[in-house]
Amino acid sequence: MSFLDQLIIHGPALLIALPLLGAFLTPLIGRVNDKLRNLFVIIILGITAILILLLAQEIFASGPITYVFGSTAPYVGKETVIRILFEIDALSIFMAMIGIILSFAAAIYSWAFMEKNTGLDKYYALLLLLTVGMLGMVLTGDMFNFFVFLEITSISSCALIAYYVNKAKSVEAGFKYIVVSTIGALFVLMAIALLYGQYDALNIAKLADSITFSFVDKIALVLLLAALAMKGGIVPMHMWLPDAYSRAPASVSLVLIGTTQAGLYGVFRVLFTLYGNVIELPTISMGWILVILGLLTMLVGVIMAMIQVDFKRLIAYGAVAELGYMFLGVGTCLTVLANPEVTLAQAPFAFEALKGGLFHVFNDALDVGLLFMVAGAVYYATKQTSLNSLGGLARNMKYTTVFFIIGLLAVSGVPPMNGFASKLLIYESTYQLNPILSIVAILASIMLLAIFVKVFHAAFLGPALPQFEKVKEVPKSMLIAMGIIAAFIVLFGLFPDLIVNTIVDPAANALIDNTGYLQWLTGGA
Amino acid sequence: MIETFLQTFDTGNGFWNPLIWIIAFVVIFLIVVILRGFGNKTYKKNTGQTKAFLSGNQEYEKNQMHVKASNLYWGWIESMKWVIDGLKKMHTGNVSDYVFWFVVVMGILLLFVGLM
Amino acid sequence: MIANIPYLAVVGLIVIGLSAVLFRKNIIKMIIGITLIEAGVNLFLITLGYREGSIAPIWTSSPGGVMAYPVPQALTLTSIVIGVAVTALMLSLAIHIYRHHGTLDVRKIGGDDQ
Repeated sequence: MSFLDQLIIHGPALLIALPLLGAFLTPLIGRVNDKLRNLFVIIILGITAILILLLAQEIFASGPITYVFGSTAPYVGKETVIRILFEIDALSIFMAMIGIILSFAAAIYSWAFMEKNTGLDKYYALLLLLTVGMLGMVLTGDMFNFFVFLEITSISSCALIAYYVNKAKSVEAGFKYIVVSTIGALFVLMAIALLYGQYDALNIAKLADSITFSFVDKIALVLLLAALAMKGGIVPMHMWLPDAYSRAPASVSLVLIGTTQAGLYGVFRVLFTLYGNVIELPTISMGWILVILGLLTMLVGVIMAMIQVDFKRLIAYGAVAELGYMFLGVGTCLTVLANPEVTLAQAPFAFEALKGGLFHVFNDALDVGLLFMVAGAVYYATKQTSLNSLGGLARNMKYTTVFFIIGLLAVSGVPPMNGFASKLLIYESTYQLNPILSIVAILASIMLLAIFVKVFHAAFLGPALPQFEKVKEVPKSMLIAMGIIAAFIVLFGLFPDLIVNTIVDPAANALIDNTGYLQWLTGGA
Repeated sequence: MIETFLQTFDTGNGFWNPLIWIIAFVVIFLIVVILRGFGNKTYKKNTGQTKAFLSGNQEYEKNQMHVKASNLYWGWIESMKWVIDGLKKMHTGNVSDYVFWFVVVMGILLLFVGLM
Repeated sequence: MIANIPYLAVVGLIVIGLSAVLFRKNIIKMIIGITLIEAGVNLFLITLGYREGSIAPIWTSSPGGVMAYPVPQALTLTSIVIGVAVTALMLSLAIHIYRHHGTLDVRKIGGDDQ
């Protein structure tokens, strides 16, 4: 077989092994030369991105790929045994694309942003470990493996959040993050142990095949849902999110968005694939729970964002509000799926809502990421974090202002940016479930526009203040990173149909119908 | 032909084509620029014509003229004071409260799911 | 009834650990509470693998008979290692917090942001 075929066959393992090897080689290379180490990290992330694109092409053509670590097949004779299995279907590769774009932009951004700090060897090693954890969480097909990668992610991100150990606030934020994260992960482990005790399987596909909705399964579902929603920043468990995002370095906030969305991926995977066969039992629809949590998240996020004066804390509350849109979109689909009287063909708005929710995951990562990078650039140039002490920066930092305008338009869903495309899908489909949902969603969008116009006026408009006379534009590497994300935003906004049909549609199909995920089960057993 | 060109992003209930929007935006922008070109092009620099006009009021020093961020949207924040005070009291910095909300949500979900 | 005692101990440990995190004001006591929750979940994992009257799952010179399941033991080992790493991280952050604030009271380190 050719080299490319071998690469695709061993792709899943290489996606984890390559950044992991890079993470452990980075301190060694850092002893030699600093610039060489930065370049090494960017090259490793670039090769991982190319691998993900190759795998994506293969998956969109011919269905999910499975990869067993340490053996050829996950069955021995006629029985499926417990082996570590990576199963990549369209939703996994979609989330992996989001993660690697954010990590790549963060690595380029950190070249200039973190240059004057010490301890950068550990920073880059932890950044690569965080990428490994995030990719592992979305690529794995095994529940306990998911827990292990969840813990890798939370430990690396806690160390990165508490990076500025000379400031008291960063250390507090790291401590709060690790306490909340550990309790969530321990409850996830409890739920995995409950499921293992019932069915003697840790594999998502095997569990999905043999699950019945007994009482213990209901407890496991609630534990998984609550703990992973806490990792995903859903109100009222969202309070760690502003602390952690605002006190971490700006490039770390960028990658933290990816890990938060990997937690939301866990919720979707559990609800749609693991419990997919039993979700139609006559129950109070799980979808309505998701919809109500989504509405609450949107409202609390925008109201709290309006009164903040710290730049990054305000953007973090805006990110909380955006997370509500994803839950709203996916919850609308779940209400139709879980209703045994209505099939999906009779209610086509559910599929549109699911596509809108998933597309919004990608758009939100890009938009809020760009805003965090602008906040970091303003901090780098003026050393101020509070909005009360900024003003008139548009005269000195022209490129940063343009990027902020692009981010502002994208976050509040103004055409022609990508935020409008996904929010249009969500507005039009949730209207048909209940008009109030659509009204609240549009209201939250308008308030997001108000919030970011406030930031724009306070930081960039206004007279030229005398204390900012010497402020120059930020270095080129930060501008390149912001430019990459802004180019993606404009591209997604101008050709939304291309993106939705190529990337989002297979992911939504993989969620609704879990037979594609289970098809390797009938291969041997 | 026009139909397939228009219907690029189909939401199932309508459609949205960003290229048409950009063409409309460019047309309106050209109209605005042409209308602006009918204005007066000459002005004298460094006289009173280039200073900011504040309805005859005196201009203070720059730091005092800029409206700070915590003063924007004052009216909305005042009218929603009851909601905002309640939310601010909920957001203590205490990590025990974060775990408390997690336990509350888990309890409510257990009640809902268990009663199904 | 006797076979259910480990499960009751699991519930007891988790409830005590969670109440330590919720109601104690000292950071070190909260970390001890999290360690208790970890101990409870590990105990639950180990108990799942036990069979009545079984021996340790080691093949070399085994006296024969029913063996306990080895998979939960592997899962528990992984979980214990992760727990050690997380506890070490939390304790080092507690040391930094004490150096900055001079107090370990969790209500005072909350920060003055909204």
